[in-house]
Amino acid sequence: MLEIKHVSKTFNVNTINEKKALKDLNLKLEDGDFVTVIGGNGAGKSTMLNMIAGVYPIDSGRIILDGKDISLEPEYKRAEWIGRVFQDPMMGTAADMEIQENLAFARRRGKARGLAWGVTKEEKGELRENLKRLGLGLEDRMSSKVGLLSGGQRQALTLLMATMQRPKLLLLDEHTAALDPKTAKAVLDLTQKIVEEEHLTAIAVTHNMKDAIQMGNRLIMMHDGHIIYDVKGEEKKNLKVEDLLKKFEQASGEEFANDRMMLSK
Amino acid sequence: MNLSSLLAAIPGAISQGILWGVMALGVYTTYRILNTSDLTVDGSFATGGCVVAVCLVNGIDPILSLVIALIAGMLAGAITGFLHTKCEIPAILAGILTQLGLYSINLRIMGRSNTPLLKVDTMFSKAQDMISLPSQYVGIMIGAVIVVVIVGLMYWFYGTEIGSAIRATGNNERMVRSLNVNTQMTKMLGFMIANGLVALSGALVAQSQGYADVKQGTGAIVIGLASIIIGEVVCGKKGHFMYRLSSIVLGSILYRVIVALVLQMGLSTDDLKLLTAFLVAIALTIPVMIEKRNQRNRYKASIDG
Repeated sequence: MLEIKHVSKTFNVNTINEKKALKDLNLKLEDGDFVTVIGGNGAGKSTMLNMIAGVYPIDSGRIILDGKDISLEPEYKRAEWIGRVFQDPMMGTAADMEIQENLAFARRRGKARGLAWGVTKEEKGELRENLKRLGLGLEDRMSSKVGLLSGGQRQALTLLMATMQRPKLLLLDEHTAALDPKTAKAVLDLTQKIVEEEHLTAIAVTHNMKDAIQMGNRLIMMHDGHIIYDVKGEEKKNLKVEDLLKKFEQASGEEFANDRMMLSK
Repeated sequence: MNLSSLLAAIPGAISQGILWGVMALGVYTTYRILNTSDLTVDGSFATGGCVVAVCLVNGIDPILSLVIALIAGMLAGAITGFLHTKCEIPAILAGILTQLGLYSINLRIMGRSNTPLLKVDTMFSKAQDMISLPSQYVGIMIGAVIVVVIVGLMYWFYGTEIGSAIRATGNNERMVRSLNVNTQMTKMLGFMIANGLVALSGALVAQSQGYADVKQGTGAIVIGLASIIIGEVVCGKKGHFMYRLSSIVLGSILYRVIVALVLQMGLSTDDLKLLTAFLVAIALTIPVMIEKRNQRNRYKASIDG
């Protein structure tokens, strides 16, 4: 489904801030894989997602999605096949537009946009049905501005928008990190429900090791711009947070010096 | 102050306000919908006037001349759009560059700095021949028809898929790209629509005042902003889109009425630009001051309570 071959990326080349964010990264995803990604700060997790989505150009290597080389495609074009949810709940929706306008906008992903109405009467019923799946009562507030919603509601809406037109690949970049624990769990449950129901291929970056173990069928750990641990199936299910910490120390030769991860185990 | 001469000045002010209101609607497209600052306006407004003058002098139909002026304005907007999206020049600077260049282009278009249109047929002179009313009332009638059509078209357009994409771009560019829309394209379209409207307004103003001048656009952007802000102060920032568009035209009319008022009170026309700048600065400052004062009062209340 997705193949990342020898991808490297260096930011701020030839300056004192030079940062090798990705170093010869390789990853192959099968159809229906749900991969969780963990790693310390600056390990390259978000950079990897941004490279796949085309936010920045890669320096070398190839990114192949469903047999098509997308390495040089611009971000907006890749969005035809890739759905995304960002860490910042404000990032995935348009605050000054209505809930139904946001949804209808997302519903047109991968389709030509012309001078037809941005929200048609016929599609409103469908949008309402989709909103019901969130279980947040948003179906009764279709014409409210999204800016009035809470972070959790906006993130749930973004998730729905990213998956409304079934993407070939769903990218979740710490999408529950900015939410309170209860809301985070609700959004996470919803994520799993949608990924399972739609049989999506997905990559989820998380800082929560428990979530990383519990969610999906495969787990990768990143450090210093490449993947240092890759586990799937039964082996992954039986993992414990302690195992991950040990693994990290073995592979990186240093302590897992990340308070955020330590605290959230 | 002479009340009767003030009242006599009002219809002319309303007529000017409506015709300049088209320009304010263009400024609204970039300033509020696209959430960016486009300073092309001073140049493209004059472009509209210059193009329409050349058309009329060469015997082209006044209404067709307006369409040609609109297209010329859209081209000017496309230059700013190109500089901003493809060359990645900040929007403000891209607009300033286009505006500066347009001054020379406008001179080239007209071949001189001022073209009188008193001896050629304009929309306004033709209409006046037909309905024998004072020119201000003819201006109001023609302006009203055009503004209603434009507001209607804008309302329709921003409800379409492409229009929604432009609105969303002003809201959250990153989201728009992540949902498969080219934001370079939407911004380009926004700049083109904005400057098309601005040039159309410049063409209307030139036709109604009976001459075109390469300097007729000086300060237009500030007048546009003044109209938007006055409209928002009077009608509020919320409400139906149609209501908001109408409030801008109303703001433009109120601006002209204020100008007529201070001129009647004895202010020199030379001081008008200073007054306009002052007006916009005040209007932008007041909300900030009010918020600061409210914050302080809330704090004081919390101590006392």
